Amino acid sequence: MLEKTDIKVLDQVVVRFSGDSGDGMQLAGNIFSNVSAGVGNQISTFPDYPAEVRAPQGTLSGVSGFQVHIGKGVYTPGDSADVLVAMNPAALKQHAKFLKKGGVAIVDIDSFKKSDLEKALYKTDDPYTELGLKAQVVEVPMSTMVKDALADSGMDLKSIMKCKNMFALGLVCWLFDRPLESALHLLKNKFAKKPAIYEANAKVIQAGYDYGHNIHASVSTYRIETDDIRPGTYTDVNGNTATAWGLIMASEKSGRPLFLGSYPITPATDILHELAKRKDLGVKACQMEDEIAGICSAVGAAFAGDLAATSTSGPGLALKSEGLGLAVIAELPLVVIDVQRGGPCTGLPTKTEQADLKQALYGRNGESPLAVVAAASPTDCFKMAFEAARIALEHMTPVILLTDGFIANGSSAWRIPDEDEYPEIKPNFVTPDLLDKGWKPYMRNEDTKVRYWAIPGTPGFTHRLGGLEKDYVTSAISTDPANHQRMVDARRQKVENIALDIPALEVSGNKDADTLLVGWGGTYGHLYSAVNQLNADGKQVAFAHFRYICPLPANTAEVLSKYKTIIVAELNNGQFADYLQAKHPSANIKRINKVQGQPFLVSEIVDGVTKIMEDK
Amino acid sequence: MEDTKKYTPADYKSDQYVRWCPGCGDHAVLNVLHKAMAELGIPPHEIVVVSGIGCSSRLIYYMNTYGFHTIHGRGAAVATGIKVANPNLTVWQVSGDGDGLAIGGNHFIHEVRRNVDIDMLLLNNKIYGLTKGQYSPTSDRGFVSKSSPYGTTEDPFIPAELVFGARGTFFARSIDVELKVSQEVMAAAARHKGCSVVEILQNCVIFNNGIHNFVTDRETRPDRTIHLVHGEKMLFGKNHEKGLVQDGFGLKAVTIGEDGYTLDDILVHDAHTKSNFLHQQLAMMDGHELPLAIGVIRDVDAPVYNEEIEKQVADVKARKGFSCLRDMIMSGDTWEVK
Repeated sequence: MLEKTDIKVLDQVVVRFSGDSGDGMQLAGNIFSNVSAGVGNQISTFPDYPAEVRAPQGTLSGVSGFQVHIGKGVYTPGDSADVLVAMNPAALKQHAKFLKKGGVAIVDIDSFKKSDLEKALYKTDDPYTELGLKAQVVEVPMSTMVKDALADSGMDLKSIMKCKNMFALGLVCWLFDRPLESALHLLKNKFAKKPAIYEANAKVIQAGYDYGHNIHASVSTYRIETDDIRPGTYTDVNGNTATAWGLIMASEKSGRPLFLGSYPITPATDILHELAKRKDLGVKACQMEDEIAGICSAVGAAFAGDLAATSTSGPGLALKSEGLGLAVIAELPLVVIDVQRGGPCTGLPTKTEQADLKQALYGRNGESPLAVVAAASPTDCFKMAFEAARIALEHMTPVILLTDGFIANGSSAWRIPDEDEYPEIKPNFVTPDLLDKGWKPYMRNEDTKVRYWAIPGTPGFTHRLGGLEKDYVTSAISTDPANHQRMVDARRQKVENIALDIPALEVSGNKDADTLLVGWGGTYGHLYSAVNQLNADGKQVAFAHFRYICPLPANTAEVLSKYKTIIVAELNNGQFADYLQAKHPSANIKRINKVQGQPFLVSEIVDGVTKIMEDK
Repeated sequence: MEDTKKYTPADYKSDQYVRWCPGCGDHAVLNVLHKAMAELGIPPHEIVVVSGIGCSSRLIYYMNTYGFHTIHGRGAAVATGIKVANPNLTVWQVSGDGDGLAIGGNHFIHEVRRNVDIDMLLLNNKIYGLTKGQYSPTSDRGFVSKSSPYGTTEDPFIPAELVFGARGTFFARSIDVELKVSQEVMAAAARHKGCSVVEILQNCVIFNNGIHNFVTDRETRPDRTIHLVHGEKMLFGKNHEKGLVQDGFGLKAVTIGEDGYTLDDILVHDAHTKSNFLHQQLAMMDGHELPLAIGVIRDVDAPVYNEEIEKQVADVKARKGFSCLRDMIMSGDTWEVK
């Protein structure tokens, strides 16, 4: 069962700038709040000066801060900050307590040398751990980049370093999508009589903005809140981390070591980061030379007997197509995670979308069926990563797990599962008695059509697999027409049989309504909120959310047949609606679509459903 | 029990009918590989042979080991995944000049650079055979083929040069007809820890017959090739009357007893020296001014990718001491809900 999840757009954001009193934090904060006011935000600010006019540089007493609260309904400077900019270790130490759990700390890593840490009285060389910082830390080599930006300015180093605050400001403007023009306008007025200083500052603010753009820096401006709290131990987790952990859980429950072959790509890279850290749990995460090597190394690891995975986003999935085809025809277990972003091509790397569905379902040559599942929320990424791995290992098939930029970066409170909460995963291994039955590599369990898995190193089971079609019986290369049909059918049947091994589709909301709202994947929270609102307003709507896409749950036809109108809402031009309509031609399917790189607004769903209901 | 068994070449041979063209150089490579594996004595079920696409890549079907015939150019990446997943397996890779150096060029250089413990046979016939006769990345400039009817307008790769450019730790060369040398270099490749590249000049009897004749011709072969052996003098010619000496920054072929050269002047081969400067000079000899080098040209020790991963995993596991995922998560920031 899905935890009930509400999506709330953050109407407000709190940013705190902190640094040495000479670092110009007040100016940066002021400009940021003025720019925000200029785009129509309410603002409230809180300057936090040190007592000393100029305490020694880099010391705790010399830290100056400026907190800005922007957005709608802003009446105070905010209790705590979503984003903390810390120009040195002393600032981080003094202001870390103002940062929200799960917030973002941006630090000038150039100012975190050993001597800097000592000046701020740190006892270890790991300031984050020492402070118990529960935040996403973005380390930015600010000093270096400012020096580079002003290398040709002819300014002395001291003057150059005074522009560091503008780099931080530029980066924060990028994060919150503030127009740089108005910041520059304010600066120009301030330095009206010092054009050279204006020029230098303008250059640096642009450099900070560009840096944010180049590293795809992003801060989620959404909170996902679970309102169905069960007793237990909780932690905060984002979708990418949950995905990584779900795979580890599957590895523990199957006894197969976890291998990840991957290549960095926004917004999926954090899966690679997390699994690279998890060498402490025996995970082998290899950063390969490209997306193709990412999947091919994973196919190799699967052949060798690992739980193998590769993580990517849409453009990477395109490159992995042929490798996926190899896993399909070799009938090897493989998990491919596509953290969807705006497309086509490079598209909108940092923005969310659900437009890779058809690529996942069909993006390969030949009759090439595989399983597709989708996660509904950040915490659901854990379950569905586990499910993807379970299906892959028990059904000897590649599985694509679709998440998206929204749930991948969004975080939520998550109850840590008990040790026995997830089932054992039992791959269809070969057993010695099969040798007497004339075992061949493509010999199947004739009920499930799942072939038996013989892992290299096992005596007696040496065999050759490959991308060429094989004979159903002998497993030798075959171009026989009837055999090809038989193998194509067996592979299809194998994937269709998975429907018997997944949970039924559940209906929530007003089950007796005439209208069924349908969604899939990462839009769950928005749709769930919309359904609640619609029913509260007296517009009766039932709700079904798909997490198993291919195959569909076995009761799908039964559910769809109960409703006069089915409304499929998705962040693409109707890919799931098309798919559902093709599978269930008699269903009366209407659509709500949005392709703007942004999640739905709850109000958009409410309005869309209302309009369709009124049009009837 | 398994360990003490003596294996014969037949133990590594599958029951599949070998479908290469009669007279193809691949037959010889296959037979020698069976022999080399018997010499090494590793049980067939502990060996995986991986290939991409092309004539040479069909080889895996003729092995009675574990085998994986993958997709065009990607054998290196698949083999890397296999070796990292289970370092106890002996992993061989078979590739051709098109599969390995054109479509698979990226994976090739990174596999060599990472120094993954894989033994790679690179069968170089300077042509695409399976697609029926297009020029390959090792075809000489001006080579006329179906896809270059007026001659190619590009320079070829010299495989050895790529290997050294990618900081390779092992490079050897043989010729399909040099059975003994082939077996010697295959066994040496298998014994080398790290990525071993064995280039085998191989004849395509249908689309590029005689492409290596300049060095393979029986009459002139002793004068146009030199068999390098670590620790031995670099001698060649029918009666080993010729040898290589250093000449300024380069190498020179001399005849012993002529121009004042004696046996003492002849270079001794050192495959284990870290610097690849002379290895590269030796590998670039093409049989024209200087004899083409066969045998193990470079064989040096360096950290091995899959071994370093194992070490790091063991290290970090011991340091952090987590027993399972839940243990790791619980060590982080959590709170109780009652």
